[in-house]
Amino acid sequence: MSVVAPPLRVYVSRDASALALGAEATARAIEVVARERGIAIDLVRTGSRGLFWLEPLVEVEVVAGGTATRVGYGPVAAGEVAGLFDAGFGNAGAHPARVGAIESLDWFARQDRLCFARVGTTDPLSVADYVAHGGYRGLHNALAMDGAGIVAAVTASGLRGRGGAAFPTGIKWKTVLDAPASADGAGSPAKYVVCNADEGDSGTFSDRMLMEGDPLCLVEGMTIAGVAVGATQGYIYLRSEYPHARRALEAAIANAYAAGWLGADIRGSGRRFDLEVRLGAGAYICGEETALLESLEGKRGQVRFKPPLPAIKGLFGRPTVVNNVISLASVPLILDRGADYYRDYGVGRSRGTLPIQLAGNLKRTGLVEKAFGTTLRELLYDYGGGSYSGRPIRAVQVGGPLGAYLPESQFDTPLDYEAFAAIGAMLGHGGIVAFDDSVDMLEQARYAMAFCAVESCGKCTPCRIGSTRGVEVLERIGAGIERAKNLALLDDLCETMRHGSLCALGGLTPDPVASALRHFGEDFAPSRGKV
Amino acid sequence: MGDTPQPPHDPSPHDGDMTLGQRAAVDAVLALHRARPGALLPILHGIQDALGWVPPAALPTVARALDLGRAEVHGVVSFYHHFRNTPPGRHVVRLCRAEACQALGARALEAHALRTLGVDWHGTSADGAVTLEPAYCLGNCGCGPSLLVDEDELHARVTPAAFDALVAEMRR
Repeated sequence: MSVVAPPLRVYVSRDASALALGAEATARAIEVVARERGIAIDLVRTGSRGLFWLEPLVEVEVVAGGTATRVGYGPVAAGEVAGLFDAGFGNAGAHPARVGAIESLDWFARQDRLCFARVGTTDPLSVADYVAHGGYRGLHNALAMDGAGIVAAVTASGLRGRGGAAFPTGIKWKTVLDAPASADGAGSPAKYVVCNADEGDSGTFSDRMLMEGDPLCLVEGMTIAGVAVGATQGYIYLRSEYPHARRALEAAIANAYAAGWLGADIRGSGRRFDLEVRLGAGAYICGEETALLESLEGKRGQVRFKPPLPAIKGLFGRPTVVNNVISLASVPLILDRGADYYRDYGVGRSRGTLPIQLAGNLKRTGLVEKAFGTTLRELLYDYGGGSYSGRPIRAVQVGGPLGAYLPESQFDTPLDYEAFAAIGAMLGHGGIVAFDDSVDMLEQARYAMAFCAVESCGKCTPCRIGSTRGVEVLERIGAGIERAKNLALLDDLCETMRHGSLCALGGLTPDPVASALRHFGEDFAPSRGKV
Repeated sequence: MGDTPQPPHDPSPHDGDMTLGQRAAVDAVLALHRARPGALLPILHGIQDALGWVPPAALPTVARALDLGRAEVHGVVSFYHHFRNTPPGRHVVRLCRAEACQALGARALEAHALRTLGVDWHGTSADGAVTLEPAYCLGNCGCGPSLLVDEDELHARVTPAAFDALVAEMRR
């Protein structure tokens, strides 16, 4: 019998951004060329490693001395695939696109990939692959603990809500754990776990990448939350703009059920947890947790008054854990490696890591998961490589459309919740959007108000009316009409929105507006209307 | 029967205004989802996925199935940007207007798209090929400007020329 060589294992991402850059065509070309040349391959579709400037990235497994390593080539367009085979990429052959092992690239090696450890390396839908790479160890441990013990571990880890509000996750869980189980005894689930996957902030995509690249990590995190607080039903509220994430989540959930990791009796533990995906419908406000709950109940996504907190009276009036994707996906590791392991990363009161998203006008955009404390400058230049356009970076918006615009003089601010708060900015969900010097900051300020007007839920007046008036005032300033009077009016309007709005949408929209005016006043100068 | 008092004129749509095909689709969606907790959004998604829009004529049926008022259902449909109350063209292009894409030229792309298609936002080109809708972030913020075709196909680094090529393909 002849010895049959094992098939060549090739990895290509199925992440939405990688696909948008041509990964599907590249993957198909690899299959076609391999077939033509009689080369047996095992093509694994993964999430993205998060180095978008190398997508479509092709990694090939090379076995030397019994150890398998992956060698990367990127970006590889479909038309370049034949050349890759010609170069003998199966043996790590030389090629202009060869970048070597991704782990050894400086950009990657200096990261702290905790939450994103598996993303880009495994088959996201395979439970077996997930378990082989450390998955479900956290839940396994959690099933041997009581709720208070799990909550204590999460509290001790220092994990704070990664959606943007940075509220300590353990304290939220404890409130739900301590809440009486059933308000009305109607037989529906007594408590719920809801994942806020309505990642609407521009410049953010870490939730999307995690859900596409390691959906079972989120499933595991939600199951642990359910076990911890005594909830038997979970919902992932996913924005409708994420069709790829929806497919990945639904397939992963089905596979988890089939393998006994979800359902009436999780791996024979006697514990129940059911999970399903619910789609949003294009409303930014549904990222606000109470609006999200209204939407899940089938209503208009209008913000609720607080109190009562969702932890006391949440979905269908029951105690509910509402957490962001990254918060929940950080939990399995904490239960696996221990609270101390996680807490040892970070600075001050910002513990653990933050998946930072480099976006907008940067050369090397993508996902950088780092312990808190890195400076903005390091991220923009060392990681981001400066602007994509080659022009100077003039302004950076951190934390989504409600985040302040920062000038170059603030680029040395470390990424840490408190340090950002101290300069009147916010870290939010960790999105960093860079603009070069062609940006018109008055136009950005106007957009912030216009966005608020489009997305306001309409419940409170400062947000609903104030945002529309804000657009008008900024347009008058831009046109040079009664400038001093309108600037005073804008200031007054911002104060009213900041203090009089029901939630962060109206309350924080003044931040990008006021920061644009404060740091980039020249764009609001009288000369601009007279050009 | 001629002397039966006529009800006052009601301008809102009636179930009878649905086509047979629409009625079948709506009934199938209701059968699938009506018993779920918080069923209204899954039902509206189901209808739009099947028909491409949510016909106002379907709302009375939906309201009855969920024991809700018609106004309540209308209030929900009209709250969410995703749901359409008119049929779209053969293809739907959702163009990202948010900051990360703005930083890479989305404003120029928007202007180009609106001009070349001859539409305003949510409008359909005269030949019925393309409906243009705004999106506020498609999660492709590292590789903008971005657009999503038919709720499925994401495009990165879209230049006006690339946009024209896509539209030409959709018009074929």
